[in-house]
Amino acid sequence: MVANAHKLVAGKMLLLAVGMFGFGYLMVPMYDIICEITGLNGKTGRVSIAEANSQAVDEDRLITVEFVANVNSSGAWEFRPNVKEIQVKPGELYKATYFAQNLLSVDVVGQATPSVSPSAAAPYFNKTECFCFTRQEFEANSTKDMPLTFIIDPKIPHNIDRVTLSYTFFKSPEQS
Amino acid sequence: MSYSDNTHGEAHHGEHDDHGPAPGLMRWVTTTNHKDIGTLYLWFSLLMFFIGGGMALIIRAELGAPGIQFVDPMFFNSMTTMHAIVMIFGVVMPAFVGLANWMIPMMIGAPDMALPRLNNWSFWIMPFAFTIMLSTLFMDSGGPAGGWTLYPPLVLQMGDSFAFVIFAIHFMGISSVMGSINIVATIFNMRPPGMTLMHMPMFVWTWLITAFLLVATIPVFAGAVTMLLTDRFFDTSFFSAAGGGDPVMFQHIFWFFGHPEVYILILPAFGIVSSIIPTFARKPLFGYDSMVYATASIAFLSFIVWAHHMFTTGMPLAAELFFMFSTMMISVPTGVKVFNWVSTMWRGSMSFETPMLFAIGFVIMFTIGGLSGLMLAITPADIQYHDTYFVVAHFHYVLVPGAIYSLMAATYYWIPKWTGNMYDETLGKWHFWISTIFVNVLFFPMHFVGLAGMPRRIPDYSLQFADWNFVATIGAFGFGFSQLLFVYIIVKCVKGGKKATGEVWEGARGLEWTVDSPAPYHTFETAPVINESTLTR
Repeated sequence: MVANAHKLVAGKMLLLAVGMFGFGYLMVPMYDIICEITGLNGKTGRVSIAEANSQAVDEDRLITVEFVANVNSSGAWEFRPNVKEIQVKPGELYKATYFAQNLLSVDVVGQATPSVSPSAAAPYFNKTECFCFTRQEFEANSTKDMPLTFIIDPKIPHNIDRVTLSYTFFKSPEQS
Repeated sequence: MSYSDNTHGEAHHGEHDDHGPAPGLMRWVTTTNHKDIGTLYLWFSLLMFFIGGGMALIIRAELGAPGIQFVDPMFFNSMTTMHAIVMIFGVVMPAFVGLANWMIPMMIGAPDMALPRLNNWSFWIMPFAFTIMLSTLFMDSGGPAGGWTLYPPLVLQMGDSFAFVIFAIHFMGISSVMGSINIVATIFNMRPPGMTLMHMPMFVWTWLITAFLLVATIPVFAGAVTMLLTDRFFDTSFFSAAGGGDPVMFQHIFWFFGHPEVYILILPAFGIVSSIIPTFARKPLFGYDSMVYATASIAFLSFIVWAHHMFTTGMPLAAELFFMFSTMMISVPTGVKVFNWVSTMWRGSMSFETPMLFAIGFVIMFTIGGLSGLMLAITPADIQYHDTYFVVAHFHYVLVPGAIYSLMAATYYWIPKWTGNMYDETLGKWHFWISTIFVNVLFFPMHFVGLAGMPRRIPDYSLQFADWNFVATIGAFGFGFSQLLFVYIIVKCVKGGKKATGEVWEGARGLEWTVDSPAPYHTFETAPVINESTLTR
């Protein structure tokens, strides 16, 4: 009887331990959801073109959008924005392009990850189309102009007049 | 010997016949006796204390002067990393588990731990885990060098010995979780009638709460390091931005474990000090109930403050405020504890034997570390203090003259019960005073260089930090070598000395002092009678 009582307590504690191991993994999707809701870590939003076109343009504000490009040490690319910064009106759809060249004489696949700073601006920075949504395939030594279209939500806080959009280009992990 | 009158021994007949330990070395390998396993844990952590201490001396030797003196930066980095891993997982945690094994059954009047075979496993995993961990230092790709917090992406750049590090961490975790399950089962199921939860000695209470913290958080850590392992070797992308992961997420998962972990390293120390101070103040513990609730509050709060380690990662203002205030809130229950210890001493008939000296040293110096922790909790200030030597000073004040002092206090307090001999009181006092002087020479100057901006985990520094670093290095060698005196006192006490009585200390209360010294191999095989005189409150 005593042994059973021990097994019961040990079993419950073991269940707690296994549950917490699972909780550790559950924190991964939870983290993504929280980042998406709050715009933490500069995760940008995505909207459809129809939604973007339906937004009213705020003619009175001008926000400077800066474009930044980085290449992760795992990749060999020339990677830069074609225009360094533009002035935009909230609520209007804009298009920008990034230039990329594969510096290797073999075919490679790349992936860009975006980040918006300040992070308070991230929830209002929405893209309808972006080269970061998909993997980018490059033939040996080839070049590409990669587009993105974005719209800044007119509800963006008034103290923000400058937004930096930064992309880091990685070699896609599947082919390392 | 002991209380084994065998009136109840139907099924267990013969097994309980007043036998002592099995002869020879195999006694230690196959033992399921809580006292033997406690002893193994304690010797193991003493050995690891010197290995981790040796690493600390390498670090301090290198930092004794600006420039690169003795070791190359990569090795320096693996020393800071290994020093932390060894001291946390190899010294403080196993030493507390060792004390739990020795003392919890004797304090609550149980014959042994609830799951003795599991107990044997819990211990014997540890030497293997640490052999694997330490062996990475001798591998081609070197030991872990990215800090004990194992932040990606840096840690993922480590060579293939990374797999050994993760494997060893998993083993340590399994050992801790098994040990904790055992402690919870023992405390819940093996108390004799009369030993109600609210009559348990404080050390038992703090360990019960610590065990829950361990079972709840170690698996989260195991999950995090498993993600690192799959990221490194199996092409997952939990923390690799290239595949859509996020390195900052690791910090959240890690500190969700890491912050409760720092309370795992201190709550049993609170229990030890709460046992020792009443004995030498010859008064019962002041505010027992509030002590229990304060411990539970600290444990609860430890789960909601983790991001105060991450104020510089760019959190929104609301999160920074939340984590700042919740962190500051922890100083309330901790303040209750310090108040209760001081009030226990107030108008007590105090005497200052070595355990009491270490306990009082704990209260004073732990409070210094607590106050610098409060400074670090202030978000705007933390952005200045982050990753400087001020942080190093803070956590070494709570861990060395905090956790380690409590372990030394516990050793002096209970070693007469373990060995049957009194330790050398004169040498014990020498040990305390030399250690206390040098530990302050070692860690106090780190506050100054930290506030002046010296970064941690770097083998070199600007010239203006040179003087205080030299002072700290003197303190480090003084403190390190004075621990040889500790070993000498322990060995001398094990070998012989003035015979200890069963009660040992004049003001001692509690069941462990009702048995002979040394404690018989089997104690409380029939449940003891619990009454006013055998309870600690």
